[in-house]
Amino acid sequence: MTKKNKVKSSKAQGSDSQPSDLIDITRKRFRVGDFLAEKIIKGVALLSITIIVLIFFFVFREAFPIFNTSKEVKKSPTELAKQDTQETYGAVTDVDSKGTGQETYGAVADTLVKKDKTPAKGTYTVNAGSGTDDNKSALNTMLTKDWVPVSDKPRYGILSLIIGTFKITLISMLFAAPLAILAALYTAEFANKKMKEIIKPTIELLAGFPSVVIGFFALMVLATFLQNIFHYSTRLNSFVGGIAMGIAAIPIIFTITEDALTAVPRSFNEASLALGASKWQTAFFVILPAATPGIFAAILLGIGRVFGETMIALMATGNAALMDLNPFESVRTLAATIGAEMAEVVFGDTHYNVLFLIGSLLFVFTFILNAIAEFYVKGKLMKRIQGK
Amino acid sequence: MILDKIHTEKMFLYYSEKVALKDISIKIPEKRVTAFIGPSGCGKSTFLRSLNRMNDLIDGVKIEGKVMIDNINIYDKNIDVVNLRKKVGMVFQKSNPFAKSIYENIAYGPKINGINDKKQLEEIVETALKNAAIWDEVKDRLGDSALGLSGGQQQRLCIARTLAVNPEIVLMDEPASALDPLSTSKIEELIVQLKEHYTIVIVTHNMQQAARISDNTAFFYLGELIEYDKTKTIFTNPSKKQTEDYITGRFG
Repeated sequence: MTKKNKVKSSKAQGSDSQPSDLIDITRKRFRVGDFLAEKIIKGVALLSITIIVLIFFFVFREAFPIFNTSKEVKKSPTELAKQDTQETYGAVTDVDSKGTGQETYGAVADTLVKKDKTPAKGTYTVNAGSGTDDNKSALNTMLTKDWVPVSDKPRYGILSLIIGTFKITLISMLFAAPLAILAALYTAEFANKKMKEIIKPTIELLAGFPSVVIGFFALMVLATFLQNIFHYSTRLNSFVGGIAMGIAAIPIIFTITEDALTAVPRSFNEASLALGASKWQTAFFVILPAATPGIFAAILLGIGRVFGETMIALMATGNAALMDLNPFESVRTLAATIGAEMAEVVFGDTHYNVLFLIGSLLFVFTFILNAIAEFYVKGKLMKRIQGK
Repeated sequence: MILDKIHTEKMFLYYSEKVALKDISIKIPEKRVTAFIGPSGCGKSTFLRSLNRMNDLIDGVKIEGKVMIDNINIYDKNIDVVNLRKKVGMVFQKSNPFAKSIYENIAYGPKINGINDKKQLEEIVETALKNAAIWDEVKDRLGDSALGLSGGQQQRLCIARTLAVNPEIVLMDEPASALDPLSTSKIEELIVQLKEHYTIVIVTHNMQQAARISDNTAFFYLGELIEYDKTKTIFTNPSKKQTEDYITGRFG
């Protein structure tokens, strides 16, 4: 065949001696549209990557001074002077007159006390600037169980926040994952077409639901409802918060799981049914295991959502930083702490740095989560399932 | 005497409104290999799939007439489809092992039938793999994923998986069409061996294959059963013009 074609074409060329009919491929042409499109896309892509990197950089940079315990006080007199003139919470006069043993609203008051008077014996004298002694003590208090950042003697027990965050994540996942996965399994395998067309968009709509509304619902309705059932004493606690966050995470887990299940080849379904398996046996023992990597990814994304969830945490968890494993006690999460305190904190203060440290921790945890997803799912699970 | 394992009477199949199978009446003998041949879209696969009601999975399929297996109409209202499919196993055109280990692929069928004894399962797996002539190739790596096997091995694994639930009838939908000649000949040998215990119905595009392995051959064209006879007769002395044209390669 090819030979014939060649002969034909050469003949055509021979008889048709006008080369203008042929497409010229010898000259390389510059195409402006292509060039511009490529450069613009590249530029925009690089810009977005840069922005992300800068955010990373900013958060870590702001968190970094907390580890700076070796240097001398680095504040210049002008800075200190500036701080002296800063506005106070009105507690200053109180402190001035009554002495220093009392807890105040924090930083500025302390500074004034220290500046104007010689501190009384036995008081915690370190002020809330970014002095190095302060950082040292902040670091020392991080493993304690108290989170009292605004006090004469501030304690930054991040551990209780971390435990609180993990506790609430666990609760929400225990609640959300089975529900979402079963719902997805139903939608993908059992629901008829019409049902599917209703369920899927509805749940996906819920993914865009403002978390403040879910938080509000949890605060006003869910908390009372659950308390009436379980009769625990603290109305707002990690259980309520976990359920509320689970509600926020369900749509995400559902959507991705449903996609993963639908992506399982139909031939698996046929093969299983042809072996005399019932529909639910097929769904549970063939389709579900085959979709494991996708489901795993879905759960990790759900965890990511809960991890960073701030509004619901602020509204429905009680916000008390207790180091306790009891699900019916209040908790405070990392994200909620930043959300609640960042607006109130003195710029450049130890507390400020600690909040950024918390932000960095959130970054790091999310990063680890993604790394697990990447390596475990792509590496191990895929290998096991695809046999490569 | 050879019994008729399957027979259909005046069977019609519709996809929504379209007629896909017209007036099919056929008697398929027990423990023989019966081949269905015909050009693409002639309804032979559709017919095969209606023998274990795999067509139920497709929306809008309607069947009229009788499809009898062991003298029971499988489209009766009170037929248990799950058990029907245990009785009538199926091997598909594209090998479709589950994303599980080789062992788990075979053990899946018996397991869903309630066999949980480990020893018994191991025996079943070994027998099935041996019957499907793949045991020697996989016995050292039963724990590996089945998806790591070659195409021919995967197809034999699928046959083993079907055999593991001990069906009476095995339907094969072009089981060798995606395989190389060597794997194909292995599967053909296997089919000839299997007819000792099973009734086999095979759809094939490959007429030599039908001639080599089948006892009876049915020729389908445009949803109709044109001719059905002993394979030898069909290939040497067909009674219908269309059959002759097809097997001599004049169309199709």
